[in-house]
Amino acid sequence: MKKNRIVREILNTSASTTFFAVLASFIVGGVLIAIANQDVQAAIGYFFNKPGDTFAALWNAVSGAYAAMFRGAIYNYNAHDFANGISPITDTLAFATPITLAGLGLAVAFRSGLFNIGANGQIIFGAMLSGWVAIYVHAPIYVLFPLAVLAGLIGGAIWGGLVGLLKATTGANEVIVTIMFNYIAVYLLGYLLKTPVLKAPESINPVSLPVQNDAKFPLLFGSDYRLHAGFFVMLAAVAFVWWLLNRSTIGYQFRALGHNPDAAKVAGINIGMTYILVMAISGALSGLAGASQILGTERVLTTGVAASYGIDAITVALLGRSKPLGVLAAGILFGALRAGAVTMQANQNVPSEIVLVVQSLIVLFIAAPPLVRAMFRLPKAVKA
Amino acid sequence: MKLELRGITKRFGAMVANDKVSLVVQPGEIHCLLGENGAGKSTLMNVLYGLYQADEGEILLDDKVQKFAGPGQAMAAGIGMVHQHFMLIPVFTVAENVILGHEPTKFGGVLDLKKARDKVRELSTRFGFDIDPDAVVGELPVGVQQRVEIIKALISDAKVLVFDEPTAVLTPQETDELMVIMKQLRDAGHAIVFITHKLREVKEVADRITVLRLGKVVGEAKPTDTAEQLASMMVGRAVDLDVNKGAAKLGKKAFVIDGLNAWNEAGTQVLFDVSLEVHEGEILVIAGVQGNGQTELTEVILGAHARTSGSVSLDGKNLLGKSIKQILDLGLGFVPEDRTQDGLVSEFTIAENLILDRSDRKPFAKGASIQPKVVREFAQEKLKQYDIRAQSIDSTAKQLSGGNQQKVVLARELSRDLRLLVASQPTRGLDVGSIEFVHDQIISARDSGIPVVIVATELDEATQLGDRIAVMYRGKVVGVVPADTSRVVLGQMMAGVA
Repeated sequence: MKKNRIVREILNTSASTTFFAVLASFIVGGVLIAIANQDVQAAIGYFFNKPGDTFAALWNAVSGAYAAMFRGAIYNYNAHDFANGISPITDTLAFATPITLAGLGLAVAFRSGLFNIGANGQIIFGAMLSGWVAIYVHAPIYVLFPLAVLAGLIGGAIWGGLVGLLKATTGANEVIVTIMFNYIAVYLLGYLLKTPVLKAPESINPVSLPVQNDAKFPLLFGSDYRLHAGFFVMLAAVAFVWWLLNRSTIGYQFRALGHNPDAAKVAGINIGMTYILVMAISGALSGLAGASQILGTERVLTTGVAASYGIDAITVALLGRSKPLGVLAAGILFGALRAGAVTMQANQNVPSEIVLVVQSLIVLFIAAPPLVRAMFRLPKAVKA
Repeated sequence: MKLELRGITKRFGAMVANDKVSLVVQPGEIHCLLGENGAGKSTLMNVLYGLYQADEGEILLDDKVQKFAGPGQAMAAGIGMVHQHFMLIPVFTVAENVILGHEPTKFGGVLDLKKARDKVRELSTRFGFDIDPDAVVGELPVGVQQRVEIIKALISDAKVLVFDEPTAVLTPQETDELMVIMKQLRDAGHAIVFITHKLREVKEVADRITVLRLGKVVGEAKPTDTAEQLASMMVGRAVDLDVNKGAAKLGKKAFVIDGLNAWNEAGTQVLFDVSLEVHEGEILVIAGVQGNGQTELTEVILGAHARTSGSVSLDGKNLLGKSIKQILDLGLGFVPEDRTQDGLVSEFTIAENLILDRSDRKPFAKGASIQPKVVREFAQEKLKQYDIRAQSIDSTAKQLSGGNQQKVVLARELSRDLRLLVASQPTRGLDVGSIEFVHDQIISARDSGIPVVIVATELDEATQLGDRIAVMYRGKVVGVVPADTSRVVLGQMMAGVA
């Protein structure tokens, strides 16, 4: 279990280190925005004649970019009315929904000592099964809708549980298996979208039929806003994971396994069964993220249904220290970055890729606490 | 060479590991450094060996102040250390091992092994080590490997020799032989520092004794003092070293192992035709040098070992092939050899650790939810009952001392309805006070009428605690003898000669 020590260390990061890691990432992001900015480059050309111009250009570039990000993610203070002004925050929450769900799934696995990085595949499987039900099963709404959501949950649970089964029976390393399962899921979806199983009959592109109206997550504020009822499923999942990890008997066994599998085994806990259960629950939560994507946002199956949420979920689970509320906060932050990136690109000509750089820097800084401590002169964490 | 430590103070954060420790070791004397685990013995020696830098105080050799930035400088100044865990390369020969770090070379940088061989032979004859310089170290018995360590120190011309808990890994015979070697080295004029917590050894070889407690020198003792007097100095209060137990009241034969064989995962046989019987109300001690199949035997009883043949039965029910949980449910209480590895989840609180085996059972769980209130009340009760010294039941296991960790394990295992108690080296690494407590708990478990199996590697514990002793050697039970069998006989059995 030594191999997962780094994960465990990251999960033990102090709250202040996490905060400063995020701050440091934005600072480095600001530097990158500044050096790529035309005005800054022009002003640097005559820096020794008029250094003030350079500093003004620097300030304009960075503050302009981050202000645009704020307008795109939280509240647009330039909008004509309040209804348009709050549109960005609902976008943020809509993006945060699948990221947080998948992040919660990974958090369950991380806390149990399993480095599940297969959220991508588990989201895709959830979306595939959920989408298939939502497109092809004909039933009254009170059967169809719950069935479609449940199908997402089960799809993810199967895809995750299989990994647990392989680990329990053959000792396969879950990192390798989940990576491979991600590939299988991605290409299986691509394959099925080119066959009559999922492809819309008259389409030439690998796209499915749209899901039936009765199977959709209802939009919460009408068709002008993206936020849908999947948001409440996500909040319920946060509460469930809190209960699971802090109050339930299986969650207790999960954590015992995560910290010390040997002691758990000697205490009579069935390690193999627990691996399967951890991975099934972890996958089920990612599967729900897939259902939220297909039933709430995309409404049609394409190869891009999982977007980059499977990777974002890893960062979110680590950033949230695999605690339910931490994951929720991190999920909302990542939703905001995603929503803000669009506005930043449109208004300030700052490519949205800078957001991905910032996201990656956050992980980097969290994984290297001594670096962050040195940068901000924080005291060394006292070992309990 | 005369060694003097003057007012050595070493702090780790707020913790003072050594507090103004002074010590003089004359050439030609064996100076025992006696103290419990955590008294600061090893820290002091690491300061001497240059691994730590003292915050205050100085080290003098022949009245000259020394500064050691690392072990290399300490060695060059004439200090040699025989570590508890050998620093040898198993695939190298004796000669290759002893020259490691200061290899003699001939013209053109060619290794001069002949010189090394001759030197090993010379030292070997002089001190009666009986060592072949061309033997591969990994194939030598542990006691001989230790002599290689000693030669390694002597070959670099060490005048001050430090032995750090050298007998922990030795059989009683090997221990006796080491004592002889230490006396010879003393007579040859070496200054010897002998670190230990074993009173018998101290009384046997020490010329002078310095007792450390909580980082401070509490005083000097004489080898003629009784073991009780020495122990009291170590612990700081009166102690009773005898295990107080009445005669065993034997019930029926409850736990029977018959013709047990076991293989490890690589397919090597580790247990050979082991047969044992334990009655209700009896303590059977499994004695033997570590690594002779005791660990595997306890694993088989627990149900953690897959490849077995033969039979293990408790109250007439077969245990082989059952899962760990089923066996625990049949009434096995299990105290593992390595409590931090197998007995506790270090990051869990005391309360959480106390229900590790019953987290999904009533009254700790109702449906799928844990009942925090019940768990906490149970923990409070056990904290008091077992005198677990901790700030609260919310302290994590890793914040506890070894003794208190073991109390948590015992509290958990003994609070089920037991039909059998198996404890592996239950007092390993514990202080004298905790040892008393653990022994009392084990004896009261016996007196409550259950069969008890204890794995012990120290003969004193085996003879004091056991009603009968089974000796294991290379996966076999050499014999089962009464507890009052002499040390000599037991030692021979442990070495496989009887």
